[in-house]
Amino acid sequence: MSELRGMLEETVGRLFGELVTKELIEAAERGDWPGALWEAVATNGLTRPHLSEDLGGAGGTWREAFVILRAAGRYTVPLPIAETILGGWLLARGDLPVPDGPLTVLAEPVAGGAVTLTAAEVPWGRSAPHAVFVSPDGARVGLVRTDAARDVRRSESIAREPRDRLVFDGAAPVAIANARLPASSVRLYGALVRGAQMAGALESILAQAVRYAGERVQFGRPIGQFQIIQQELARLAGDVAAALVAAEAAFAAAARADAEAAFDPTFEIAVAKTRIGEAVDRATSIAHQTHGAIGFTYEHGLHFATRRLWTWRAEFGSDAFWAGELGRMTLRGGAAALWPDLTARAARS
Amino acid sequence: MPAFRFELCDLPPAAEALRHEVRAFLASELATHPAARRAYTWMESDRAFSRKVGARGWLGMTWPKRYGGHERSAFERYVVLEEMLVAGAPVGAHWIGDRQTGPLILRYGTEEQKQRYLPGLARGELACCIGMSEPDTGSDLASVRTRAERTGDGWRVNGSKIWTSGAAGSEYMIALVRTRAVPGKKHEGLSQLMVDLSTEGITIRPIRDLAGRDHFCEVIFEDAVLPADAVVGAEGQGWEQVMAELAYERSGPERYLSCYPLLRELIALLEHDPTDRQRVQIGYEVARLATLRAMSLSVAGMLGAGENPALEASVVKDQGALFEQALPGTAQALVDETPSTDAGASDFRQMLGHLVQNAPSFSLRGGTREILRGIIARGLGLR
Repeated sequence: MSELRGMLEETVGRLFGELVTKELIEAAERGDWPGALWEAVATNGLTRPHLSEDLGGAGGTWREAFVILRAAGRYTVPLPIAETILGGWLLARGDLPVPDGPLTVLAEPVAGGAVTLTAAEVPWGRSAPHAVFVSPDGARVGLVRTDAARDVRRSESIAREPRDRLVFDGAAPVAIANARLPASSVRLYGALVRGAQMAGALESILAQAVRYAGERVQFGRPIGQFQIIQQELARLAGDVAAALVAAEAAFAAAARADAEAAFDPTFEIAVAKTRIGEAVDRATSIAHQTHGAIGFTYEHGLHFATRRLWTWRAEFGSDAFWAGELGRMTLRGGAAALWPDLTARAARS
Repeated sequence: MPAFRFELCDLPPAAEALRHEVRAFLASELATHPAARRAYTWMESDRAFSRKVGARGWLGMTWPKRYGGHERSAFERYVVLEEMLVAGAPVGAHWIGDRQTGPLILRYGTEEQKQRYLPGLARGELACCIGMSEPDTGSDLASVRTRAERTGDGWRVNGSKIWTSGAAGSEYMIALVRTRAVPGKKHEGLSQLMVDLSTEGITIRPIRDLAGRDHFCEVIFEDAVLPADAVVGAEGQGWEQVMAELAYERSGPERYLSCYPLLRELIALLEHDPTDRQRVQIGYEVARLATLRAMSLSVAGMLGAGENPALEASVVKDQGALFEQALPGTAQALVDETPSTDAGASDFRQMLGHLVQNAPSFSLRGGTREILRGIIARGLGLR
C-alpha cells in the first residue's frame, strides 16, 4: 500500500473508531441524522478523496476512496458517504461543481432537461439536499434538489437506512452538463462503492466473531478452542480475504479507467460485486452461528453489519445480476478468449 | 484489522512480453497433444517436453546463472506456470523440481549440492518427488518414522513413504526423515535427504488410484545406504525447512487452475445458446477465477519481495481447492453429459471423466483442507 493510503487508513480508522459508537448507530436507526459525524467526515475531506484539488478534493483516485469506503463499511457508518463520493465523481465527469453537503444518486436514468420520474429506494433521499442523475446514454450528468420533488415517501432498508421514494414532476435541474460516462454508470459505479462497504462489513463480522469466540466460555474453555469453530472461522476468513481482494481490484480498475479513456472497468466491478455478494450468505451465517443467541439480539451489535450486508448485496445489481452480466460477456467472447482477455486486462501497458 | 494482508500486484511488462512467447511455444508443441489429456496438467509427465521447456530457459528461471539458472524475475516464472497450466501442458516431470527441490537446494544446500543438482533440474532432465506422508503419518507430519542412522560414511535409511506423486518416474526424492530421536519433541531431529531413487534397498510400488491411474506410489526403504552429503541443509532442521517451503507449495497457480481446461470446454459447449441459469453460473465461476488469480498473484509478489506469506498462501490454497473441486460438479449440474474415459468421447466428457474422479484429491494434496484452516485459525489468533 502506498504511504499516503496507509496514513489515510489510520486517520479514517481513528475517526470512525472514536465517533461511530453503538449509541450513534442506534440513534441513526431511529431516524436521527448524525449531523456532527457528517461534519467531521466532510471537514476531513473524506467525501472527496478522489476529486481534484480545484473541485475541493484531495487530488487522489478511486484507490483512496476505497480506503475510506472499506472503513465506512467496517464501522457501519450510518451516512451517505458512498453516495456522496459516487455523486461527486459523476458531477466531476461533467465538470460540474460539487455542492457541499451529502449527495444521493438516482439509479433511474433521466432523459431531457426537466426531471420527471418516480425514483424508488433512493438511498438517504430525505437527508441529501441534492441528487445526481445521468442520462440513459451516459452523455449528460445533472444535479437536482431533492426538495424539488413533488412527493417524498419515507421508507427504510432492512438495515434501517433511508431508502425513500422521490416523485419528480418536471423539476428543473440545478445544473446539467455533457459528460462521457458509460451507460448505466450509476449502477456500475454504485456496485463499485457498495463492494468496498461490503468488504469492510465482512471484515467487521470476522473480527467480531473471532473476538467473541475468544471470550465465550462453554464446556470449560473459550469456544474458539474447539476445532469446529476454528474451521468455520477460517472458512469465513477465506471469504473475507477474497472479498477484500476483489473489491480493491475493482477500485484499481476504476482508477485506471479515469486515467486511460480506453479502459473499461466493468469486468472488475462485476467480478467484485459477484464474488463479494456470494460471500455474504456463508459469512453472515458463520458469524451468527458463532455468536449464538446473543448475536440475534438488537442489544448486540453484530446485526449492524449483517443487516447492511443483506441490503447492500442486492443494491446496484445483486450478485446474480452481475454474474449474469459476466456470464454474458464471457460466453460472447467465447471459450478461447477467456484467459487471454483476463491476463490482458490485468497487464499494464 | 485482519491477520492477513493481500496487496494487489501487477505483472511487470517484461513478464507480459514473455507470456506471448510461451503461448506460441505451447501452441506449436501441444498441437497434437490430445485435448482430453490436457486436464491432467501437472499430473502428466513427458520427459521430452520438459527438456524442451528447459532448453527454452523456462526452468530454474530465478536461479543464478552459475547453477544453470536464468536470473529472471519471480513474475516471469509465474507467467510461464500460468500459461503451462491453462494450456494443460504435461509438466509433471519438472514441476516439483522447479517449484520445490531446486529452491530448497538453492536455499539450504552446499555449494557442491548446488553444482551437482541445479543444472540438471534447470535443463528439465531430473524429475523429483516429495517424500513426506507415511502409512501412519498424514496431516500429523511431524510424526514421521522413517529413520536415517549414521553409518561410518553415510546414512542407513529404513521405513516407508506413501502417496508420493510421481515417485516411479523420478530420479530423486526429497525425503523428510528422522535422523535423531528427541523424546517428547517430535518436531526436532528431522532432516531432509536428497535420495537417489536408484539406490539399492529402495523399492517403489505404484498405487492404483480410484481413476485407474498409477500416479502415486509407496516407496520402501530397507537398509538403503545414502552418502553423508545426502542431507540438505542442517541436520535436525528438517521441520523448519519444510515449513518454509510451504508458501511456495501452496499459493501457486496450480492451486486453482487444475480444472481450467474443463472450464474452457464448458464455455465452448454453452457459448452459442446458453440458458439464463448457465449464463449466471458461468459468471460466478469467472468471478471466482479472477479473484483467485489476483490473490495468487499477490502472494507471488510477496514471495518475490522475500517475504514468507505462509498464512496468505494457506488462504489461497483453501479458496483455490474450493473452486477447482466444485467445478466438475458444477459442470455436471449445468449440462446433460456423462463423464467418460472412452477415447472416442468428446473432449468435454473425457475431461469431466478425469476431473470428477480426481477432484477429491484437490483438498488433500499439499496439505488437507483441515490443516490449512488450522493454520488460518492460528493466524486469526484462535490457537
